[in-house]
Amino acid sequence: MIEAIKRYWRTISTPSKYFSLGFLSLGGFIMGIIFWGGFNTAMEFTNSEMFCTSCHENIYEELQTTIHFTNRSGVRAICSSCHVPHEWTDKIARKMQASKEVWAWITGTINTPEKFAARRRTLAEHEWHRLKANDSLECRNCHEFEYMDFTWQSERASRQHSTALMSGEKTCIDCHKGIAHRLPDMTGVEGF
Amino acid sequence: MKSITAVLSFLLLSTLSIGGALAEDSLIDEGGQTIATLRNGPISVEADPPKIGRVENRDIRRKRAYPMQPPTIPHKIDGYQVDLNVNKCMSCHSRKRTEESQAPMVSVTHYMDREGNFLADVSPRRYFCEQCHVTQVETKPLLANEFVDIDQLLNTDSPKGH
Repeated sequence: MIEAIKRYWRTISTPSKYFSLGFLSLGGFIMGIIFWGGFNTAMEFTNSEMFCTSCHENIYEELQTTIHFTNRSGVRAICSSCHVPHEWTDKIARKMQASKEVWAWITGTINTPEKFAARRRTLAEHEWHRLKANDSLECRNCHEFEYMDFTWQSERASRQHSTALMSGEKTCIDCHKGIAHRLPDMTGVEGF
Repeated sequence: MKSITAVLSFLLLSTLSIGGALAEDSLIDEGGQTIATLRNGPISVEADPPKIGRVENRDIRRKRAYPMQPPTIPHKIDGYQVDLNVNKCMSCHSRKRTEESQAPMVSVTHYMDREGNFLADVSPRRYFCEQCHVTQVETKPLLANEFVDIDQLLNTDSPKGH
């Protein structure tokens, strides 16, 4: 028994003594594909609507009444379109942050509608701050300013977009709060 | 005699033409009786609902259509949240927001209670804007509005100079 373990250890610690270079590099290459692919697939799974809504059910119901869920052209946003950065490094950073949210889920911070209602403003503020800090990047992933045709917008919209938004004085989230979810108590929020 | 016949035939003709105008696509056969209705079909049948019109979104204020009419909303209000938490309309129309938004300010009467005392914020009984103020859709009116505003009425009926 001990002898067998020792033999395995010898092979593992100095594999090149026992296996050919071709076998080892090919093996490494294939394992690399499997692990990297597996990692990304698992991460993509945590970006899927099914994964999000397995806990965030109520908020998903709210989304369904908004234009980001159903609209004339059928283009829609899923949770991760707005709540997870699309760039890989930023995405990993956000996923690491999300581990804290898993803790909140385990301890049941917002596991009743009442608890959620009480905490909603705080949670909403997190998202407003994030979008304010990155100049509404997740909005702009789809709504690219350079390609906005003001002539197709209503007069009021084109006025706002060609002045406040164009000059960088305001960013999307400054005006477009609560476009995909119900708003919390907005007392004291700028613009309300 | 001749004039009476003329009047009668005029009345008859005008009733007919009014009836005709009303009945264009709204005459239905209900138990052997032909009746005019705004509903597309007999009462016992689920009628095809009329097409939903597009909400007018031109931001141009409209004239009133009857006395004491609350101003209608000249823009889309899809998804505007008006509840215990927030009143989206007021984020442009409240008096502290109108400078930035350049939207018409909610009238001072909305900041009064029913005894006429001034309040710090919009009165609870005026809070739900859509109770009185509504959007309009781009559609053919079912009936023409013959409302004549008081100013016009005064001008036509009073002798010149009064």
